[in-house]
Amino acid sequence: MTLEFTRRVEVTLRLNGRDLTTVVSPRTTLLDWLREDIGLTGAKKGCNEGACGTCTVLVDGRRMNGCLTLVVQCEGRSVTTVEGLAGAGGELHPVQQAFAEFDAFQCGYCTPGQLLSAVACIAEGHAADDASVREWMSGNICRCSAYPQITAAVLAAARKEPGR
Amino acid sequence: MRDFAYARAGTAESAVRTLADPGTSVIAGGTELLNWFRLGIAAADNVVDIGGLDELRGIASDGGDLRIGALATLNEIGEHPLVTQAAGALASACLQAASAQIRNRATIGGNVLQRTRCPYFRAEEPLPWPCNKRDPDSGCTSLAGRHERQAIFGWTQDCVAVQPSDPAVALAMLDAQADVLGPAGPRTIPMRGFHLTQREAADAGQPMRETRLEPGELITGYRLPASVADGQAYVKVRERASYEYAIVSAAASVRLDRGLITTARVALGSVAQRPWPLTLAEAELPGTPLTREALIPVIERAMADAAPLPQNGFKVTMARNAAVRALLVAGGAS
Repeated sequence: MTLEFTRRVEVTLRLNGRDLTTVVSPRTTLLDWLREDIGLTGAKKGCNEGACGTCTVLVDGRRMNGCLTLVVQCEGRSVTTVEGLAGAGGELHPVQQAFAEFDAFQCGYCTPGQLLSAVACIAEGHAADDASVREWMSGNICRCSAYPQITAAVLAAARKEPGR
Repeated sequence: MRDFAYARAGTAESAVRTLADPGTSVIAGGTELLNWFRLGIAAADNVVDIGGLDELRGIASDGGDLRIGALATLNEIGEHPLVTQAAGALASACLQAASAQIRNRATIGGNVLQRTRCPYFRAEEPLPWPCNKRDPDSGCTSLAGRHERQAIFGWTQDCVAVQPSDPAVALAMLDAQADVLGPAGPRTIPMRGFHLTQREAADAGQPMRETRLEPGELITGYRLPASVADGQAYVKVRERASYEYAIVSAAASVRLDRGLITTARVALGSVAQRPWPLTLAEAELPGTPLTREALIPVIERAMADAAPLPQNGFKVTMARNAAVRALLVAGGAS
């Protein structure tokens, strides 16, 4: 069987609980697609090379850099962005609530990525103590350096809703 | 990023068939490839996606061997009980290799094929300075410029870069074999000889070649000989506590009998364009007590052929200390 290479690819995926089908150019990253085509600008374009973590989203529950993921690689997968964290009535996700309570941001640019990374970090069972949170959240850079507050917020949220 | 055409492979064989065309690249995790495309390090007309191939997935015990599929992600390997029990140095190297986000995408097949982090090499096109890897015969800017992070073994005047992969160092230390599929069928490549120094490549008449993988070949997995009885460690020395490339690293495994080493394996990372097994030390270590004082002269003799550049003499000492520390930790002495 010879493979057929194409320049327009139809992709079906679930985005924040909603099924949708889209046609993309293969080079389209998940980050660019979310921001430019779908209009979800929560995931930020910081470094666009996987170094800063501001584009972190969940793919099938696992955190990933949207800038290092192509939309065509998300066929059949479930993608969650920061816009999908709050409940239907707008009630904050426990991790969002903890970030607000612990003042875990200053400028807020890194916050959407921090939130999704924290949700995954807790679900993975990597939010046991200060050291494990700092290690497993190291892929999210905060240039305001709110790390102590972020760590405290993640630990507080983990105590309320422990992972595996 | 330049546009390309895309197809999903249904089998590893169908993917390999497409690689006969040099304009076709493989994508698995994509964490390196997409950045190569952005910088102009690589360009492809066609990209074949092997990410859906179940035959390349999985971590399993296979007789006495541990078999790891090429699509296993760094996080999957780092936390898999079979790996943490039988190949702790590899598990540790995988978890120290990148951020949690990248480790959820990056695969062990692609990881060993990552290119150097040399900043002169990793610049966006059009390249503002000479680099023999990017533009053959243009020269090496690092040799005359900054090179404190570069090689202390195996470099040439043409290139002084190091291979940055952490898992590759553990795979070499553990005597792993890469399973490879090519147009002529499957074959294996020992991970101790998978990468080439600049000197080895030049001696083979292909100065810019970096691995023994032939064009059109695909890594399908790795086979590790079981070594459950050995303590293992991977020590990574870096400028931040987490999420940073190594200045130097060391992987080690140790078997002890009443405080004396009976067998030991040790390899350095980020000191050359390939993992650097200290084979002389591996031969000399049996019978040596597991103490810092006893290990230092053995490691120093095994590193006697180090040839540091003007700015990176410190890496010789740092690599020696990393090797000693890896052996001590592997043997449970610290």
